[in-house]
Amino acid sequence: MHDSIGQILITTILSGNFVLAMFLGMCPFMGVTHSVKVAFPLGLATTFVILMASVCAYLLNLVLIPMHMEYLELICYITVIAAAVQLVEMYVKKQSPELFRALGIYLPLITTNCAVLGVALFQTARDYDFMQSLTFALGGGVGFTLALTLLASVRERVRFSHVPNAMMGTALTLMLAGILSLAFMGFAGLGGGE
Amino acid sequence: MSESTSLPSAGEATPSGAMMRALGIAATVCGLIIVTAYESTLDAVARNKKIATERAVFKVIPGATTVREFVATTGGIQPAGPTVAEGGVKFYGAYDAAGVLKGIAAEGAAKGYADEVRVLYAYDPVKQAITGFSVASMHETPGIGDKVLSNQDFLKNFVALDVHLTADMKAVANAIKVVKHGTKQNPWEIDAISGSTVTSKAVGKGIRESTEKLLPKLLPYVSKLKEGK
Amino acid sequence: MVPGMNPPSSWAEFLEGLWQRNPIFVMVLGMCPTMAITTSAINSISMGLATTFVLAASCWMVSLLRHVIPKEVRIATYIVIIATFVTVVDYAIQAISLSLYEALGAYIKLIVANCLVLGRAEAHAARNRPVASALNATGMGLGFTLSLFMIGGVRELVGMGSLFGISLFGPHYQPWVVMILPPGGFFVMGLWLMVFALVRARKDKKAQPAPPSAQTQGI
Repeated sequence: MHDSIGQILITTILSGNFVLAMFLGMCPFMGVTHSVKVAFPLGLATTFVILMASVCAYLLNLVLIPMHMEYLELICYITVIAAAVQLVEMYVKKQSPELFRALGIYLPLITTNCAVLGVALFQTARDYDFMQSLTFALGGGVGFTLALTLLASVRERVRFSHVPNAMMGTALTLMLAGILSLAFMGFAGLGGGE
Repeated sequence: MSESTSLPSAGEATPSGAMMRALGIAATVCGLIIVTAYESTLDAVARNKKIATERAVFKVIPGATTVREFVATTGGIQPAGPTVAEGGVKFYGAYDAAGVLKGIAAEGAAKGYADEVRVLYAYDPVKQAITGFSVASMHETPGIGDKVLSNQDFLKNFVALDVHLTADMKAVANAIKVVKHGTKQNPWEIDAISGSTVTSKAVGKGIRESTEKLLPKLLPYVSKLKEGK
Repeated sequence: MVPGMNPPSSWAEFLEGLWQRNPIFVMVLGMCPTMAITTSAINSISMGLATTFVLAASCWMVSLLRHVIPKEVRIATYIVIIATFVTVVDYAIQAISLSLYEALGAYIKLIVANCLVLGRAEAHAARNRPVASALNATGMGLGFTLSLFMIGGVRELVGMGSLFGISLFGPHYQPWVVMILPPGGFFVMGLWLMVFALVRARKDKKAQPAPPSAQTQGI
């Protein structure tokens, strides 16, 4: 595909936002957005893993495709992602133990974050070259962090509002997410076509 | 993975040799399962793809009964093999029951409103025009983007969309252009559907880019196709 | 996660995954495909069945190997096993129907990132016998399929006026298109959760016989 770098960046952050438009990375989106102080760093950690996964996926494909072993793609991607998450975990543990404790189970859960695997799969499906893949990954991570932070800010404020009992909890989060997604649809077409 | 998530079970840590062995065995067994699945479905998948392609080509080139795949390169036309040569463009030749070439079909793709819009278009080498198209896949907004499939005025653009080549057959003389609804003046322009310009433009762009790549390589050697059976 | 009671019978295990611990509505796991795929009833059911297959096969294999996998590398091994069966399903769907494969797209491969599968393997299959694990996994997978259908069915009905591709409301129905788009996924699931919460609240109220003086205690 011949998307330009700017197009890819705008699309992945806004109109094709990983969380709000492509539904990738839903588990942390629902689980970690109770406070911005936790959501934002998780977004950054995930962005880092996404970047690493993207680069590794690109390199892996340089080997797998000429050997016609595309069926090993999935297994290789997920193994690489697991290793990358392990690295991030060790780093966070050393640099900031309180953050490590605050993120809890969600740090190792980045491995099963659809956004990370999704980046690798989509960039392969769209046949992006190296710069395009990198931009896609960066935009994806930024968009992910943006969505998480936005929802977290809203949820923090909603705590002071009166909410019907039946809507409390996950149902409310989903409705808020739906409205956020609707808002982001306004960006559609921003990066596409001429 | 990390120590903080492992079970608090009693017992000594496993020696790394045993760990590597377990991982190695698991990886090998899984690899075998994958390869078996891949090999056993290879034929069925290829057959499905062929049927899907034929159905799509028959839709845009009515009257055709067989489809043959070719690759056009700067040096000539060859029957398609398992891989496409560098710089080669794949296309389909559609023949009727008597073995006469009814038309050429090729694929084009461009980004629409949401993800890629892939089209299959029919080309008449005698008229040097596009005679029809169908959408192979798209994820456009239902009710808006999918109007390209049903809007009669839009479809009329593709009855004789002019893509004739320059005299030296090196390029398409007039690039296909998607213009605002109601402003079409030339046979190489496409009247967009008002309200779904993005998807209309995607269809136009996909066909334009594909024709620009394919036709200069195809037209000089098209007579070779007519002798096909 | 698993209650420390007498090990439940196979049938009970099966049912538990189907409703009480329904993956989507109760445990809120496996959300990515839920939102993305439930644009039509057929897509929902196909994705659900594909996930059920991966769940059952992976849990069965994990359970078979549970005494052999060292605990430090168990997550990595589970993931490799799950990825294997996802790849199998991916090729199987291609062989069955290309149009279905196009509709489900990359989300088939994303089954491997479905927290539900890994969670089940870790919480259940690693501690139980193969048949029990497979049954429980199947139950949970079918519960997942059921919930996907509930969301997808509503979205298709309201968003396209059809169910399983069969138009129900005739050509003059104005489809509520947003239901098929991403926001619709969030809204429909949120609405279902709200419905369940309301039903549960009413059941709880009925379960407490109100004494006569309770007229003043309203909600």
